[in-house]
Amino acid sequence: MLDKHGIAKRIAKEVKNGMYVNLGIGIPTLVANYIPEGIEVVLQSENGLLGMGPFPTEAEVDADMINAGKQTITTLPGSSIFSSADSFGMIRGEHVDLTILGAMEVSENGDIANWKIPGKMVKGMGGAMDLVASAKNIIVAMQHTSKDGQSKLLKSCTLPLTGLKCVKKIVTDLAVLEVTDKGFKLLERAPGVSVEDIQKATEGTLIIEGEIPEIQL
Amino acid sequence: MINKVVKDAAEACKGIEDGMTLMLGGFGLCGIPENSIQELLRLGVKNLTCISNNAGVDDFGIGLLLQQKQVKKMISSYVGENAEFERQLLTGELEVDLIPQGTLAERIRAGGAGIPAFYTPAGYGTEVGEGKEAKEFNGKMYLLEEWLKADFAIVKAWKGDTAGNLIYKGTARNFNPMMATAGKITIAEVEELVPAGELDPNMIHTPGIFVQRIFQGKAYEKRIEQRTVRTV
Repeated sequence: MLDKHGIAKRIAKEVKNGMYVNLGIGIPTLVANYIPEGIEVVLQSENGLLGMGPFPTEAEVDADMINAGKQTITTLPGSSIFSSADSFGMIRGEHVDLTILGAMEVSENGDIANWKIPGKMVKGMGGAMDLVASAKNIIVAMQHTSKDGQSKLLKSCTLPLTGLKCVKKIVTDLAVLEVTDKGFKLLERAPGVSVEDIQKATEGTLIIEGEIPEIQL
Repeated sequence: MINKVVKDAAEACKGIEDGMTLMLGGFGLCGIPENSIQELLRLGVKNLTCISNNAGVDDFGIGLLLQQKQVKKMISSYVGENAEFERQLLTGELEVDLIPQGTLAERIRAGGAGIPAFYTPAGYGTEVGEGKEAKEFNGKMYLLEEWLKADFAIVKAWKGDTAGNLIYKGTARNFNPMMATAGKITIAEVEELVPAGELDPNMIHTPGIFVQRIFQGKAYEKRIEQRTVRTV
């Protein structure tokens, strides 16, 4: 099984040189820590920053410099700052190459639900609906099952949707999967996890072809 | 040059009445018009509709207006940091219209730019799209979304001049530039107010035509929600 850092490390391998990447809150944020040497990417923060740098030192903290998770951050050489309208213009206009975000549920046709649980406090979708509606490539970081063992990779989502048919790839604590026309195609399995374990934890259609290699971190 | 300067927040907020629709700039607590929010608290105007990306925290920003029950309706994209907000929402005291963040930004931009409606893909196939016109372009579905305007738009900038030109700093820019264009009356509070001519025209983010009243704010707290530092 992978812990959240393992999931982030595996996703970091999907990041290619020269990409503009938007990272969601939670595990996706950790991906920035594991981008391989020699790969240069520009991180977009949807509150209006391209070229997000590391967290500031105590002396560098500036209340006017935050990321979309409201954490204090820094710029890098080559960074740019813009309005929320320009930021979502970049997103909607498909100028951002890769979006990595978390999910509560994903369906076998690539629908995603990650913003609302009926009956619980609704906090809002923030930028998630804009991101999933327009991203060229979406990778989801999530746990394969809920705490009580229910699959989160489903035939169809039960929670209110964030977007339709948009997820391309999923990295969970158990596996790496690709969303295809026929369902979730199993690409890799986490160390110590069998194909049977993954099958048991997946409610949606799981496509298993040939030997499934173990995830290499 | 037309002089847009008013003395303080009290003079700037003159004319704000019960039941009005206000836009308030900021993302989280970053780039919010602190002085004007204090004045709204002092005025005690009620039944406000507030258009703002977030709703502040319990004891700062728009959260303060919520504590005093001055807000009837919030139009926002994310409101998760506020327990009083949650309480009022669950008891039905407060109405909330949640809008995808990019759609919110564009609806405000459209309001200022004279575009009554536009198509966007965000929210198609979700409950956001319920009751909205949908149309296909190049094989993809889009929702028709309408402009947003306000009786007063209240924005915060870093520097401004007497002609109402504004420059923002860092990510405190966020929703402020679009909101500045979408108010019948736009109030700008700035950290530093200078005479017209001192700001480089090439560096202006919001041209003064959009701003009716400008003043130099004081005692900015600039509270940080998630102070995150590295040790090396």
